[in-house]
Parts: sequence; structure tokens; C-alpha cells
Amino acid sequence: MTHAAATVDQMRPPYPAERGLEVYNTKLGMWIFLASEVMFFAALIGAYIILRFGAPGEWAKPGIVLNIKITAFNTFLLICSSVSMVKAYASIQDGDQKKMRFWLLMTILGGATFVGIQIYEYIHLVEHGFTPSGVREGSELAALVANGTLPAATMGLYGSTFFTMTGFHGFHVTCGVISMTYLYLTKALPGKYTKQDYRGIETVGLYWHFVDLVWIILFTIVYLI
Amino acid sequence: METAHKRPNYILIWVYLAVLTAAELALAFELPISRNLKLLLLLFLAVWKAALVGLFFMHLKFERWNLRVMALIPLPLAVIFILAGMSEHIW
Repeated sequence: MTHAAATVDQMRPPYPAERGLEVYNTKLGMWIFLASEVMFFAALIGAYIILRFGAPGEWAKPGIVLNIKITAFNTFLLICSSVSMVKAYASIQDGDQKKMRFWLLMTILGGATFVGIQIYEYIHLVEHGFTPSGVREGSELAALVANGTLPAATMGLYGSTFFTMTGFHGFHVTCGVISMTYLYLTKALPGKYTKQDYRGIETVGLYWHFVDLVWIILFTIVYLI
Repeated sequence: METAHKRPNYILIWVYLAVLTAAELALAFELPISRNLKLLLLLFLAVWKAALVGLFFMHLKFERWNLRVMALIPLPLAVIFILAGMSEHIW
């Protein structure tokens, strides 16, 4: 039995087997995983909203502590990487392995750059005194707290929620980059993806687009509101 | 593995996403409107962008209805979860 034939068997089980959702197992598994991820990020975002609504005072205005320009660029980069991922998917649907490899590599580079910029942002923030526990004494931001530009009462909550949400998202992006690199080296480069079987590309693509989708929400509620 | 649907114009979706991101930035920092209206519009734009990614990049628009239901079920649960938490501070 060839690999392609095995794929068809998995996708369309012979009668009278349960047809179910008529999707192959890894795709179904990814959708179930993503459903659990929705609840995971809902917990983080929910905690953020509750802490912000119940905070003992004003929240820091966007743009004072965080660098919006660099994060807006990062947002655009992640959107671009989502497009390159879907182009890789479309390329292998057409049976074009060369294009698929190119777009997958672009996606990996986009994701790695996103993580790199986020690490740079973290280093920059900590240097200026913004830490997961709030504002560091004697720092540049501590001076802004002292002169009333930043609210003293909520900076601790702001720091912990910011680093938790963006940190977990960054971890997801890192996992995506590692997964795509693994697939690129072990499947895409040796030419194992074909017009008949591109399950890995579709499945990792779903994960990648979900990571992009979560960032779209996080960017708005953390950086713009 | 054949796709029965017509392939969406991915570049057009990318342009939409880029324009909506630019609109978000303009709305957040340039437009002198009330804070509550700004909040609503920003959330609307974020949901619009997320929907574009889900429908066209994740192909939910073209999936079978039962897979779509499975994918969308956690969303109302997440909203209920968040509203339940917020209710402690609002109502």
C-alpha cells in the first residue's frame, strides 16, 4: 500500500465505519487542541480584564511604557508570516514543492524574527525599569511614577499581566517556529509532501494562523486599549 | 487531498489585515473620540481581523458545518467565562 493510498484510507474510512467529521486524525486533533487553546487564552485575557476592571486606580495609558511602533511592526510581520504559511499550503495543493519550501522558509523566518523582536522588547523594557513585578526602584520609569505620569497603584498588575500574556504567546510562537523548522528539515526538504498528502503543512498551518489570531486580540487589548 | 472550494484571494485578505491594523493604530492614537467609543471600535476591528484569519487562512468558511461548530464552540464558552468574571466588578 502506498503512502498516498494510506492517506485516503485515513480520510475516508470504508463503510460502515463511522464517518465522523470526515477529516484526517491529525487535523481533527489540531482543532481539538486549538479549542483547548482558546480556553487557555480566554483564561489569561479574562484574568487581565478582571484585574484591570478591579484595579485600585487608573491603568497606565498605552504608549507610555510600551513601544507601540516596534510592536505594530511585529504585528504586521506576524500577519505577513500567516500569509506566507497559507501560500505554502496553496503551493503544495498545486503540487509545487519548490514554492512550498520557499513560503514555509519565509514563515519560519518571519516567526523567528517576531520572537527576536519580542526578546529585544523585553530587554528594552527591563532596562527601563518595567518588570513582571512592576517598576524597578531607581529606574527611568520609577521617575515617571514619582511625578505622576504613571499610576503607582497598578504598575505591579500591569507588569505581571503584560509579561504573562505576551510571554505565553511568545512561547507559542517559539513552539510554532520549532515545529515548522522540524517539518521543513524532515519532510519538506526531502520532498515528502505531495499534492496527494500535505497533512503536516495544513496542520501546522492551522496552529500558526491561530497564533496570529491570538496576537491580533492581544495587540489590541494590551497595547492599544 | 482535493479541495472542493474556490481558493480565496490570500493577498487581498493580507491587504485587509494590513489596512485594519493601520486603522487600529490611527484610532488608538490619532482620533479624538470618547474612550468608550474608542474601546468598542478597537474591539470590533480586532474581532474583524481575527474573523478574517479564521475564515480565510484557517479555511473555516469552507469547512464542513460540523467541523465549524466544533471549532466555534469554545468561543461562546470563553465569552461566558470572561463575562462571569467581569460581573464581579460591574454588576
